[in-house]
Amino acid sequence: MELTPQHITQENTHLTAKDFATNQDVRWCPGCGDYAILNAIQKTLPEIGKNREDIVFVSGIGCSSRFPYYVETYGFHSIHGRAPAIATGVKLANPKLSVWQVTGDGDALAIGGNHFIHALRRNIDINILLFNNEIYGLTKGQFSPTSKTGIVTKSSPQGTVDRAFNPGNLAMGASATFFARVVDVEPKKMVEVFIEAEKHRGTSLVEILQNCVIFNDKAFANVTDKDGKLENQLWVKQGEKMIFGNQNNKGLRLNGLKLEVVTIGENGITENDILIHDANCVESTLHNMLINLSAPEFPVVFGIIRSVVAPTFNDGIWNQLNEEKPKAKFKSVNELLNSGVTWEI
Amino acid sequence: MSKISEELDRVVIKFAGDSGDGMQLTGDQFSNTTAFVGNDLSTFPDYPAEIRAPQGTIAGVSGFKIQFGNTTIFSPGDKVDVLVAMNPAALKANTEWIKDRGTIIVDSDSFKAKDFEKAGYSSNPLEDGTFDGYKIIQAPITKLSKDSVDSFNIENKFKTRSKNMFALGMIYWLFNRPLEITENFLQNKFKNKPELAKANIASLKAGYNFALTLELLPSTYTIKAADLPKGKYRSITGNTAAAWGLLAAAEKSGLQLFLGTYPITPASDILHELSKHKGFDVISLQAEDEIAGICSAIGAAFAGCLAVTTTSGPGLALKGEAIGLAIMTELPIVIVDVQRGGPSTGLPTKTEQSDLMQAVYGRNGESPAIVIAASTPSNCYDFAFMASKLAIEHMTPVILLTDGFIANGAEPWKIKETSSLPSITPNKVNVLNKEEWKPYLRKSDTLSRAWAVPGTEGFEHRIGGLEKQENSGNVSYDPKNHERMVQVRAEKVKRVANFIPNLEVKGAEKGDLLIVGWGGTFGSLFTAFHEVYKQHSTVAYAHFNYINPLPKNTAEVFACYKTILVCELNLGQFVKILRSELPQFNYFSFNKVQGLPFTTAELATEFNKYL
Ligand code: SF4
Repeated sequence: MELTPQHITQENTHLTAKDFATNQDVRWCPGCGDYAILNAIQKTLPEIGKNREDIVFVSGIGCSSRFPYYVETYGFHSIHGRAPAIATGVKLANPKLSVWQVTGDGDALAIGGNHFIHALRRNIDINILLFNNEIYGLTKGQFSPTSKTGIVTKSSPQGTVDRAFNPGNLAMGASATFFARVVDVEPKKMVEVFIEAEKHRGTSLVEILQNCVIFNDKAFANVTDKDGKLENQLWVKQGEKMIFGNQNNKGLRLNGLKLEVVTIGENGITENDILIHDANCVESTLHNMLINLSAPEFPVVFGIIRSVVAPTFNDGIWNQLNEEKPKAKFKSVNELLNSGVTWEI
Repeated sequence: MSKISEELDRVVIKFAGDSGDGMQLTGDQFSNTTAFVGNDLSTFPDYPAEIRAPQGTIAGVSGFKIQFGNTTIFSPGDKVDVLVAMNPAALKANTEWIKDRGTIIVDSDSFKAKDFEKAGYSSNPLEDGTFDGYKIIQAPITKLSKDSVDSFNIENKFKTRSKNMFALGMIYWLFNRPLEITENFLQNKFKNKPELAKANIASLKAGYNFALTLELLPSTYTIKAADLPKGKYRSITGNTAAAWGLLAAAEKSGLQLFLGTYPITPASDILHELSKHKGFDVISLQAEDEIAGICSAIGAAFAGCLAVTTTSGPGLALKGEAIGLAIMTELPIVIVDVQRGGPSTGLPTKTEQSDLMQAVYGRNGESPAIVIAASTPSNCYDFAFMASKLAIEHMTPVILLTDGFIANGAEPWKIKETSSLPSITPNKVNVLNKEEWKPYLRKSDTLSRAWAVPGTEGFEHRIGGLEKQENSGNVSYDPKNHERMVQVRAEKVKRVANFIPNLEVKGAEKGDLLIVGWGGTFGSLFTAFHEVYKQHSTVAYAHFNYINPLPKNTAEVFACYKTILVCELNLGQFVKILRSELPQFNYFSFNKVQGLPFTTAELATEFNKYL
């Protein structure tokens, strides 16, 4: 079960989404998925029980990384790939802050891959919003580490030969304690997931499938268009059966060591055969399998896929400080300077 | 048995052996004891990059040189009076560094045919005339030290490891030093293994007694205490001093110290030292790489800490982009660069001053940083403190340059308590001025912006690496505004000159030759200057600790001398900066890039060419 976060204390019911908008013009392309994510965040923040001054948004470089300019909190638009390290410094310096990192597939998984995995490994208590549009937008349309193999872009006129990262899969390899996937066209569900991400103590990674209308339009159409939506999206909920489909009669079950899609009512399949989702299960094999499913053979899995309790890095560091302080050998720097072998002349 | 004791003014000793022989520890102990009896001293640990290079080879020789005396000592000296060589390789590696008729003490147990062959000798150098004219003392150190610990209940492998203590015991007798300091040290070090402590002390005493009774040692030597300023002293290395200076700055400023860093030779000891001091609320993060080290520090600076990252040349290169971010966002961070031989991996354990250009200019865009340099092991304390003060009060990154030589070298230090350090006043936002405040409004004297730290109500704002509009800090691509901001950031660093001390000159106020140095070469330059000055009263010496900006009176000083000679351990980086900053003067330069400090002799020879 999710622990009740002790750090969410104050009520800021007086704040609304509008209080989190800045006076800056938002400069994403019209129709960009980023707008919906920004709206969802501005709706989320009044719900997390923090004042504006206690929230920090940190980003790297890329279209998504302009995000902090548009949120009326403290914000830091930093350099390419390094936001996890900067966010780590902010959080360690002041663990009371709610720290959000906004990043993209290039920022997090290419140039910043090292910092990304190490933030997850340490389980520092920050929320990472990974805008995955499977393309480089700001540099005008080169393939990214999540672009599907074969994609034709300006830097891959013959199509890529690169294999793609699945961000969740990478996160699992780095021992992530929280992973969720959402899509930019589901604003309500984004807000729900963002709130849970904030509540989770440790690094919360939310992969947001985000449409880049200019350079990779409809990259997720097979899961977001009218037909695809019901057939190809499986939203998992804690303790509930993994059922989906436009008739709501399809489900996932384990067959040996593999997942398979079955239809309830066919071949003697009943609801009892369908898997129940347990995001809190420490053992990650099934989470990993869910993360890896792709359409059209399988549904793409959305919602909170993994959320497990583990010690956070910031608690570890601060616990050490608090434990060492009363035992400290020296009460002042002068005592330290005068310690050990000294002599008078 | 009574023996004669000869009195000497100053002595240079070097302990040399395999990197596994414990020479650094032996040297440290000798230094501590020597400082304790009141001599002044300067040390030079010199060791290979490999942790355990092949045994008995020249590549694996680890050495520790110390000069001590009854007057102020500024450098570890050139050639040695006494060499302790634990094997033939240690002897060979130091052959040209022994004074004529100097004393060589060797472990005769390690001078078997296979040993001297490994070192590249074809015959025993002690017998074939190579060292005729030297005072050679052959002692079966391995065997005797083993015998002395045989009765102790310790593992066999430890029985041969105490030979360094045996050698140290001999040297203690030779120079009339007490054993207590080292005895206490051993008892402390092996607190949980008392048998090991006893065995090492037994070996130390055995060495002392062996020397006492040995006919080969004609006399002992006495070096009177030096006439140092009165006060309480301790021994300190540059890396420890830098760490303590940072602690002092945190205490004085009332800020929490945050260290975000990545291990790198020869800077890691600052990380080790600060990691010990959680009691002072130090957050130390060993990051995943150099970039994360500095970026976490930048995040901590944003959140209100005294933020520091430590590194050496290759790491500074990796941090370049992030330093630019701190310059652009005008956040205070301290970057300590303990320079080593470069380029690339270069000579990790050797000293050099070749990161100067990188520190001053090595970033994209117009990105001025404050650059200062410590010049002795102990003043790493003062300059780490000063780096913090300048960063915080001027809201911009400060690069502190030290180097492998002063970082690892030790000297007696008259303890400087924090009360004698200047205050540090962080320019935090004034909550009463919420209405007028803008993220990039500046103080008129320093041009620094106010520090609005997350958690402070009413000061929510966004900063970033994009160019910003003057005052408001909003993103701006306006051409004129960009030029203006570039100028403001440059001016801000320039104005630091109003807040740093003037350049001081030693020797002639006006004259023929001004010797110029910067950073860690102070000891050798000053010693050589002092020698030459005795004959030529028209010589002067100026040493720079402030590089960017230069002290305000620099041109005034330079104008007083016919010749300016800039000496540095690189191909001439500071002289290039001087040529571009003060082109009205004619400069000569003297350079050395061997991974070694200057020797007094080579400097004196060079100076005399201009006189
Ligand atoms: S380029 Fe793509 S991702 Fe970037 S703002 Fe435009 S639509 Fe959005």
